[in-house]
Amino acid sequence: MDATFFLNVTSGGLLTGLVYGLMALGLSVIFGVMRVVNFAHGDMMVVAMYAAFLLFTKLGIEPVPALPLVAGGLFVFGYLLQRFLINRFLGVTEHIQFLLLLSIAMIITNGLLMVFGPDARNIQLDASFESYSIGPLVLDKVRVIAAITAGGVAALLWAFFRYTTTGTAIRACADNPVGARVVGLDVEKLYAVTFGIGAACVGAAGCLLLLLMDVHPHLSSDYTLLGFIIVILGGLGSLGGALLGGILVGLSEALSGVLIAPSLKSMFSFGLLILVLLLRPHGILGKKP
Amino acid sequence: MSDNTMNPSASKGISRRQFTAAAATGALISSAGLPFRSARAATPLKLGVLLPRSGHLALIGQACQRGAEIGLPMLRDMGYAVELMNADTESNPDSGRTQAEKLIREGAQMLMGCFDSATTLAVAGVAEQKGIPFVVNIGAEPKITEQGFKYVFRNFPSAPMLGKGGLLLYKDMFAAAGVSPKTAVLLHVNDSFGMGMLGGINALMPKLDMPFTIVETIAYDPKARDLSIEVAKAKAAKADFVMTVTRLNDAIMLVREMVKQQVETMGITSPGSPGMYDKQFFKALGKYAEFCSVNIPWFDPKQEMAQVLSKTFEKAFPEESCDLNVGFTFEAVLIAADAHKRAGSSDPQALTEALRATNIAKRVMLGGAIKFEANGQNMNLRSAVVQNLNGRPTVVLPSESAEAKLVFPMPPFKGRT
Repeated sequence: MDATFFLNVTSGGLLTGLVYGLMALGLSVIFGVMRVVNFAHGDMMVVAMYAAFLLFTKLGIEPVPALPLVAGGLFVFGYLLQRFLINRFLGVTEHIQFLLLLSIAMIITNGLLMVFGPDARNIQLDASFESYSIGPLVLDKVRVIAAITAGGVAALLWAFFRYTTTGTAIRACADNPVGARVVGLDVEKLYAVTFGIGAACVGAAGCLLLLLMDVHPHLSSDYTLLGFIIVILGGLGSLGGALLGGILVGLSEALSGVLIAPSLKSMFSFGLLILVLLLRPHGILGKKP
Repeated sequence: MSDNTMNPSASKGISRRQFTAAAATGALISSAGLPFRSARAATPLKLGVLLPRSGHLALIGQACQRGAEIGLPMLRDMGYAVELMNADTESNPDSGRTQAEKLIREGAQMLMGCFDSATTLAVAGVAEQKGIPFVVNIGAEPKITEQGFKYVFRNFPSAPMLGKGGLLLYKDMFAAAGVSPKTAVLLHVNDSFGMGMLGGINALMPKLDMPFTIVETIAYDPKARDLSIEVAKAKAAKADFVMTVTRLNDAIMLVREMVKQQVETMGITSPGSPGMYDKQFFKALGKYAEFCSVNIPWFDPKQEMAQVLSKTFEKAFPEESCDLNVGFTFEAVLIAADAHKRAGSSDPQALTEALRATNIAKRVMLGGAIKFEANGQNMNLRSAVVQNLNGRPTVVLPSESAEAKLVFPMPPFKGRT
């Protein structure tokens, strides 16, 4: 195996990792602000994948142009879910929250099974079979498009939290909810906006993942688990950590597939997780509690 | 999630309208003069049909279900009487076991299924325990007929038979094409079917004195989300051609990834696995599905019953594949119905004895008469080279059954129109 081979595999892992990172951003945002672990995360992403699939098959809108529509739809869904359901469970013990979100996850998965059936579905674009050749480096075109879009969405999210009034207010809620209430912020509304933003991130990731893989209802549990691995690696609540965690998982899957065995690549992600939990329990970029 | 019913149209994947159309077509064709009409049996056999109609094997499970149901009018006209009691194994051996027990409790006199080897083994255990005969439509794991089960009958090649039949056909392929590739890379799923095939291939390669060597073997999870690493590894092996042991979704992912990574090879061939002949494979890959080939037991295009079944199926399900899943499942129902008719009874012991004495010459798949050895295995099964040509799987070898000429080496992906 030569250097070109490693370069190709590493670049593929890096590009996939960026999309993984975007998917985990939503989970990290929601936990970072509200301290709610969204067990319906993967299910919401699968909803987004089906929405992008329908927009393509019924209206001919490709997943990247469909991204704002799907992300917008998921924002509204997340906002309403938080405002009218999850908000009522914020003060209760954590295991009640887990049960609530697991119930939502099961309802979504079974709803998707009823509507779409168990079959895997995919979309075929001209780009699905194309690649960019840069010297000996061969880059999958859809993976490049997905990774660049994921990077763009992550940058927008960072700018939102950094430079907008709402973003600053949400950060204030995350740092000190009592203080935020004292200065007159509508914390419930900001929590709903946060959940909506988290859901929108998942919606964007769902559109991009549809470019890379088939969708079926049972995919959700895999991605919920993957999201948890990524955010725990990067640090719960850290935006940069989620992206870094995604890239690490993408790279570790790629390299372990090459150096050990492709069938063991998922196991390697779990190994990495255990290592981080042992050496740095709050994650690579997470803050100590 | 059993939907045990005497109504075949209640199964997933087939609408009432489609089933009515299929039944009407079958009746029409049979009344037009099939050679095997006879008196009807009085009491129908209650046949428990266990197939993975949901879960990761759902597509193929539903194809098998269509095979079970499409031939009912034909069988009725041949004087057989069968009632299907359908159950979904959910692509899960535990569910399969539970559903088998439930079917038996509800009166199934014989079981049929289960497509995947792990579930088939689980159901075989139940059949053995309850003393109910079990006809295996598809399932290649050798243990199915090597564990000493008394009630299990398999009309499908075991993995070594599949491997041997498939591997020997490579010699015929290379002779017919006038080329001699020296190296291959093997990509295979690591489920029980894939591992059984791998064991068979590894054991047989030296014994059969094959003209090529496998330079790299790459295993992957059948539920893998992405196969880019696997294909990159296969590309790096720089072998003359690619051998695959796949299911459907992974077969699509593999070829798509080969196109993206510009893997140009003499051929993408399977020594005997599903996926590459499926209609969904053609739909998903279009021109890139062409020239992939599978060495597999297949319909005998020269058999009249095969022609009738294909026509009936294509009329009823124009969007679906009439492939070996349909053929072997149809034959499994035929075997069950034939045993019931000869036994003249629904007693499990009488049915088992009748199954042991099976001798069906007129069939739909390639091979001789359906007969079972003492271990319950039918040895009269033959593989064909089935190559994707002009948008459909086509028999290209053996030459006496060929519908078209083999294309090997295959044209490169780049520049295909």
